[in-house]
Amino acid sequence: MSRRDIIKPGYMRAVDLKNGCIEMVHGSGGRAMAQLIHQLFLTAFDNEYLRKMNDQACFQSFNGRMVMSTDSHVITPLFFPGGDIGSLSVHGTINDIAMSGAKPSYLAASFILEEGFPLSDLKRIVDSMANAAHAAQVPIVTGDTKVVEKGSGDGVFITTTGIGMVPQGINISSENARPGDKILVSGTLGDHGIAIMALRENLSFHTSITSDTTALHDLVAHMITAAPDIHVLRDPTRGGVATALNEIALQSSVGMMLYENKLPIREQVHAACEFLGLDPLYIANEGKLIAICTAEDSMNLLNAMRAHPLGENAAIIGEIIPDTHCFVQMQTRFGGKRVVDWLSGEQLPRIC
Amino acid sequence: MKYIDEFRTGTLAQKIATKIASEANTQRDYHFMEFCGGHTHAISRFGISDLLPDNVHLIHGPGCPVCVLPIGRVENAIRLAQTPGLILCSYGDMLRIPTATGMSLLKAKAQGADIRMVYSSADAIKIAQNNPQHQVVFFAIGFETTTPPTAVAIKQAQALGLNNFTVFCNHVLTPSAISHILQSAEVRQLGIVPLNGFIGPAHVSVVIGSQPYEYFAEEFQKPVVIAGFEPLDVMQAILMLLRQINTGRTEVENEFTRAVLPKGNLKAQRLVAEIFELRRVFEWRGLGLVPYSALKIKSCYAGFDAEQRFQIPALSIADNKACECGAILRGVKRPQDCKIFGTVCTPENPIGSCMVSSEGACAAHYSYGRFRDTNHATSKEN
Repeated sequence: MSRRDIIKPGYMRAVDLKNGCIEMVHGSGGRAMAQLIHQLFLTAFDNEYLRKMNDQACFQSFNGRMVMSTDSHVITPLFFPGGDIGSLSVHGTINDIAMSGAKPSYLAASFILEEGFPLSDLKRIVDSMANAAHAAQVPIVTGDTKVVEKGSGDGVFITTTGIGMVPQGINISSENARPGDKILVSGTLGDHGIAIMALRENLSFHTSITSDTTALHDLVAHMITAAPDIHVLRDPTRGGVATALNEIALQSSVGMMLYENKLPIREQVHAACEFLGLDPLYIANEGKLIAICTAEDSMNLLNAMRAHPLGENAAIIGEIIPDTHCFVQMQTRFGGKRVVDWLSGEQLPRIC
Repeated sequence: MKYIDEFRTGTLAQKIATKIASEANTQRDYHFMEFCGGHTHAISRFGISDLLPDNVHLIHGPGCPVCVLPIGRVENAIRLAQTPGLILCSYGDMLRIPTATGMSLLKAKAQGADIRMVYSSADAIKIAQNNPQHQVVFFAIGFETTTPPTAVAIKQAQALGLNNFTVFCNHVLTPSAISHILQSAEVRQLGIVPLNGFIGPAHVSVVIGSQPYEYFAEEFQKPVVIAGFEPLDVMQAILMLLRQINTGRTEVENEFTRAVLPKGNLKAQRLVAEIFELRRVFEWRGLGLVPYSALKIKSCYAGFDAEQRFQIPALSIADNKACECGAILRGVKRPQDCKIFGTVCTPENPIGSCMVSSEGACAAHYSYGRFRDTNHATSKEN
């Protein structure tokens, strides 16, 4: 054994989290990688499972149905008003799990880091993830890091995976929407997407809109207590409410009728969409959900949502109708009708 | 939202709809062409045809700037973008337009071409300033609305001494296109396209004014009502056209008085005249070769003309045979009359240009109005 191998940790030079940056060596499986994991990830995410330093987390299994979900995050810019890629990656997977009515239990996180990425930024992101996980009371119990050469990534990509437990008697699925059901949303639409677009290099405009990124499982727990027979839950992220509703319509083989005058949309989001030539129904959300339930349950559910801080602006925005073509239609404020179609391609701005 | 919601009020729309219904002569049909893609989009997005009686028909015109650009010019732009070291700046709408081989700027970008989506010509100038070692070409398209900003960019590039900035100019003119439609055999002799009046352009008219339309009203005896892009503007314009026809008038009226003056924006017109001159002829998708219908950069600004610098050849490429974009742009056919509409040609996989931009007649009908076809309801869009 060489002298080098028996140097005590106290004699090791700390990773320079202020001025340092990611190097290929941080992904090579050697001491530099172990040091980064210890000093950054373990310190921030600290919990009994991670402390064991195994390649996997071991925990008791549940009696009952479990759900599992995974979500990759590749957002530009990494930091935005209201959040960053770190908090987003925790909320994203928690919400995907919560949309089955499940209580999220554990998260795993995998990082792909680009050579040259500032460690100070990485620390900000990791701290933000730790705060988000702590606030949601869902620990990050295992993880992985890889480093790619400069130019092969975009700073940092984060994939999170989670598992959760479905309470007894809850059966929420996108195939459960039935004609006559009501469609609810938990709050204002399009906030996240517009906050991000405002920062993009070629679109930069000033707005006070902040991302709505948040974990929705607590709201879901409240909703389930008020109306255990919720048919469908979905968080309308990429593609917005329009795309999420089209997916549900297809999965449930039903049509939908929305009422434009019931859609909760902030004036700033509405204005930004107007001058960019975009439709708020297609703009991403990261802290909102769509709920579908029977007409009888709908007022109960609406009141429960509005009583929760994350559902203050909840609204009933439409209803399920029979339609073999599975069209999502909307009664416009103007008095006409139109299709609210799937998002096709990326939303590209119009020039006129 | 201020200055927007006022023009989208449902109660006012109902009042105008009631007037249209009571004043429309039930013994005849009314066919109005909205020239602009902006109007097409508003009509579909707000469901305006639901508010009209069955005998008032709207025909989508060729005023979608993306849709009328012939495939040859798109091919030119793609080849240009594939030049190593060159940055092509384009408006977002253009990126998905397919060529005859299914190529598009978006696909060229995926294959490594440096193509940047810009919101304005000023963005392209900024990119040229930030990349002095690269040639930066602005793919300029559009009617009179987008021409003055292109002229400003060329003036700015000159003032900044930018020798890496050029413009691939494809600006086209509205009045020549309207004349061309009115002179076509389909309208004049064959009567295939019944046309009783025009909803005149909104933003184009802000620049050129209302006077250029007086010629059509007089020569072709067709009323023109210039209208804003908000749905109440369109409703009001339909009512005004209907009243002109019912009283035997063929005049140019201006519904969009909050923005359009008879002479238009003289400063913008002077700027455009300083930089650009008429092309003898230009190919339009759907309309073919239209004389004096487009602009090119004057020889004294040739240093900023991409066609000169890169020796861009004139390419004439035929549209896909099954695609009816041409007939749709001339108002001869409706999107749902095209065999490949909604089957082979969809917004995800557009064959023709009308399926690409949300202002295109096919994309607007597919995205907003196709439920009417499946319900077998009477389509009122022609």
